[in-house]
Amino acid sequence: MNATIDLLFWQLAAAYLFVLLLIVIVRIKGIPREKDILIATIRMTLQLILVGYLLSYVFGHAHPVYTLLLVAVMLAFAIRTIIKRAKGNMPAAMKRIIVLSMTSGILVSLIYFIGIVLQLVPWYEPRYVIPIAGMIVGNSMTGIALGVNSLIEGMHTQKDKVEATLMLGATPKVAARTIVNQAFDSAMLPTINSMVGMGIVFLPGMMTGQILSGTSPIVAVEYQIAIMLGIVGSVSLSAILFVQLGYRTFFNHRSQLDL
Amino acid sequence: MFRLKGVKAKGILSIPELTIPAETITCIVGESGSGKTTLLRLLNQLDSPDEGEIWFDEHSFNVTDPIEWRRNAVMVPQAPIMFKGTVEDNLQIGLSFADKPTATDEQMKQALHLVCLEKNLAQDAENLSGGEKQRLALARAILMNPIALLLDEPTSALDEDTANKVMQRLTAFSREKNKTLVMITHSRHIADTYADLVIEMKRGMPHVNGRNVQ
Repeated sequence: MNATIDLLFWQLAAAYLFVLLLIVIVRIKGIPREKDILIATIRMTLQLILVGYLLSYVFGHAHPVYTLLLVAVMLAFAIRTIIKRAKGNMPAAMKRIIVLSMTSGILVSLIYFIGIVLQLVPWYEPRYVIPIAGMIVGNSMTGIALGVNSLIEGMHTQKDKVEATLMLGATPKVAARTIVNQAFDSAMLPTINSMVGMGIVFLPGMMTGQILSGTSPIVAVEYQIAIMLGIVGSVSLSAILFVQLGYRTFFNHRSQLDL
Repeated sequence: MFRLKGVKAKGILSIPELTIPAETITCIVGESGSGKTTLLRLLNQLDSPDEGEIWFDEHSFNVTDPIEWRRNAVMVPQAPIMFKGTVEDNLQIGLSFADKPTATDEQMKQALHLVCLEKNLAQDAENLSGGEKQRLALARAILMNPIALLLDEPTSALDEDTANKVMQRLTAFSREKNKTLVMITHSRHIADTYADLVIEMKRGMPHVNGRNVQ
C-alpha cells in the first residue's frame, strides 16, 4: 500500500486555479453563474477549514457531549436547509413534521448503526460517529427536500384531482395517495440511483476518501456497503414518516383541501 | 331538503335563508362569479361557510361526518377528472373511494346508457373526447346511487341535442328514484324545461323563482 500523499500548499492552489479557469470559461460563454460558483467555492473552503480544526479538536478530546452537539448541529442545519429550499409558503404544521421525521429517521438509523452494526466502544467515538452521521444526515436532507417539494407541488398542481376524489367520498388519505407515493419516490430516487450506479458509474465519496487515505479497498468497500444500508434505512424512514404525516397538513378537520 | 341560514362564504356568497327541497330538481343559474359553484361546494361539504349553518333534513353539517356525507351527496365538477385506466375502472373507482361494493357489468351499462354514452367498458378512458369524459364522470356519480347529485354544468361540453337527451334521461331517472338533483347550468332552456325550482345567483345572493315546488 502506498503512503498517503499529503497535499502541499501549491498543490491546493493549483486546484483553485482549475476552478478559476472554469469561471473564466463560464464568463466568456455568457452564463451568469460565475458569482455563484465563486461564492460556493469560498464558502466550501471556509466551512471545511473550520470543520477540519473543529474535528481535530473533537477527535482529540472525545466526549459524548461534543459528539451529540455536532450531530445536533448537523441535523438542525439540514432541517433549516430543507425548510429554506421549499417552494412556496410552508405551513407551521409541515415544518414540525419535517423536524419530527428527520430527527426520528436519522436517530433510529444512527443508533442502530452504531449500536448493532459497528458496535462502537465507546458509542460516542467521534472519529466514526461524526462522519457516519454526516452522511446519513446529508442524504436524508437531499431526499426529504425533494420529497417536500414534490408533495407541495403535487398538492397544488393536482388540486382538481384531489378535490374530485374527495367529492366522491374518498378519505384525504385515498385522495392524496398518488401524490404521497410520488413524493416518496422523489425522496428515494437519489439514494436508489446512487446505489444502482455505485461501483460501476462512480466510486462513492466515502470509499474514495478512505482509499486515498491509505485504507485497503476491501475494508473501504465493507464500510461503504454498511453505510449505504444505513443511508437507505434513514432516508426511507424519514421519507415514510414525512409523507404519511405531511399530506395531512393539506387537509382541515372537515376533510377539506386547505391550500 | 337543504336548509341554509345566515351563510357567508369566500367573500362572495351571502345567503340569509335558502331552502332546496329534497327529491326535486333544482337548477342554479347566474353569471360567472356569482357564487354558483361556491354554493354547490358548500352543499357537498367540500368547503364550509365562514358564517351561518347548513342542514340536510334535521342534520346540521356541523355535526355530520363530511366524508360520509359526500358519499350520499356526490358532486361532479365541471371539468371532468379521469383516472388512469379503462371506462370500467373509471366507473368503479367512485364506488371504491366510497367503500361501496363494485358494480356489475349490467349496472355499469345502465349508468352509461343514462348519460347516452354507449362505450365499451374496456376502452381506455384517456382516449375519450371532452364531452364523453364529462358523461363518464356523470355516470360514475350515478352508479354510486347517492341521495343527492350535485352537478356543476353537467352538459357544458355537449352539443345541444346530446345535452337535451342526457337531461331527459337524467331527470326522468332522478324523479323515478326520488333523488335530489341540484345542478348549475348556463342554459336557461335546461333550467326552464327540467327544473322544479330555479335559483338565480346574483352577486352571491340567491333569488328563487319557484315552479312546481311541493
